[in-house]
Amino acid sequence: MRRKLVMAVLVTVCVILQSTVCPMIAIASIKPNLLIILTVSFGLMRGKRSGMLTGFCCGFLTDLFFESVIGLNALLYLWVGYFSGFFYRIFYDDDIKTPIFLISITDLVYGIVQYILMFLLRGRLQFFYYLGRIIIPEVIYTLLVTIVFYQIFYHINKRVSITEKRSAGNIV
Amino acid sequence: MIKRNDTRGNKILLFFLSMLCVALILISFLGGEGLVLPVRRISGFLITPVQKGINQMGSWLSSMAENYEDVAVLREENAQLKERVDSLTAENSQLIQDKEELDQLRELYQLDKQYADYEKVGARIIARDSGNWFQAFTIDKGSNQGIKKDMNVISGSGLVGIVTEVGGNWATVRSIIDDNSSVSAMVSTTSDQCIVSGNLKLLDEGELDLVRLTDPDNKVHVGDKVVTSQISERFLPGILIGYISELNNDPNNMTKSGYLTPVVDFRHLQTVLVVLELKDYRPESTTDVITSAGSFSVEQESET
Repeated sequence: MRRKLVMAVLVTVCVILQSTVCPMIAIASIKPNLLIILTVSFGLMRGKRSGMLTGFCCGFLTDLFFESVIGLNALLYLWVGYFSGFFYRIFYDDDIKTPIFLISITDLVYGIVQYILMFLLRGRLQFFYYLGRIIIPEVIYTLLVTIVFYQIFYHINKRVSITEKRSAGNIV
Repeated sequence: MIKRNDTRGNKILLFFLSMLCVALILISFLGGEGLVLPVRRISGFLITPVQKGINQMGSWLSSMAENYEDVAVLREENAQLKERVDSLTAENSQLIQDKEELDQLRELYQLDKQYADYEKVGARIIARDSGNWFQAFTIDKGSNQGIKKDMNVISGSGLVGIVTEVGGNWATVRSIIDDNSSVSAMVSTTSDQCIVSGNLKLLDEGELDLVRLTDPDNKVHVGDKVVTSQISERFLPGILIGYISELNNDPNNMTKSGYLTPVVDFRHLQTVLVVLELKDYRPESTTDVITSAGSFSVEQESET
């Protein structure tokens, strides 16, 4: 219950930050993608199920606010969360190299899929322009932001896990 | 902990949620907006106040930073501004005279509905689109202040965009620089019709696409004013969009296309005005509008 509450607050805070603070810190009108950091982090630290649910909620909330096609971002983030859950057992979660690697891969794929669905289908063919101007800069900026935010998410997760274990011990 | 990552349950969950997403996508494509709108209203009602607060904090911080600006710079600016006030006062008195004349002439022509006369409401931008692909934003006024879908949004100098969705005290606006936006427009001097559409590629240069300009007499030039057209379905006529910055012949030699520089500075936009008047669009009367516009331009030409 406590974890669910924490996750709900985290997702809401990230969605709000993404639409208010990120435009303020945008460089060359490129914003970092906090939601993908959140989704990948929890997929990596807590497994597929957590990643999927976090991703779905993040995507659904952004869809509600801005996209006229509801469900598209939810679907993309859902798969991002599921994919990052594969690395749950393989890597230690206090190592920052894995999340950085995973976030750049998923953000790249996310950008390309968005380009295909929203732009290519409308006849905007210059893929390499959009790759160089939007997708790659977003990946790089997101990476820099990851270094800070992953630590925050890591500590929040650790806190919640410790209190969970403690209360479980009390009952036994 | 181990059970949580068991693959079978996860696959079922993944499948179920994916199907849900696909269903939602289909619903929004088939135009079932009515089903999702209540959910949007509720989430907007809950989250907008927070966004408003964060935004106010941001502007407070930036105003703090501005306080430390150099006093000398401010003094210099003050002197310049005083000079400017003098020249503007002189200009203003002349303009007042002109306006009186204009009012009389307008009465004669019964053109009393120019866009200066529309009822407007000011709003503050509190959130922007979360991705990097589109240029939509949220404002802090909604249906409680009389805003409806498809109302035009302007800034002091010109057209900003159109309201796409409305909640109680928020509304989302798609700006004209958005890649999905296209506005039916015309050149104000010759009344030649064209279409102005946003393009992500031109965003860095601060320009818009100008396409399908019909200019059979070659009278349109670079620097001409472009305003919203009478035949537009949703935009009120005569709102300034920008100035033509480049013009080329299309391969078909019938139409022209080029670029347009908008008058609104979209990068530093913080407050906007929403025009509280919807375009009264009746498809059957479009032909009337076109002929009246045509006769008007003919009259102008014959005068000059």
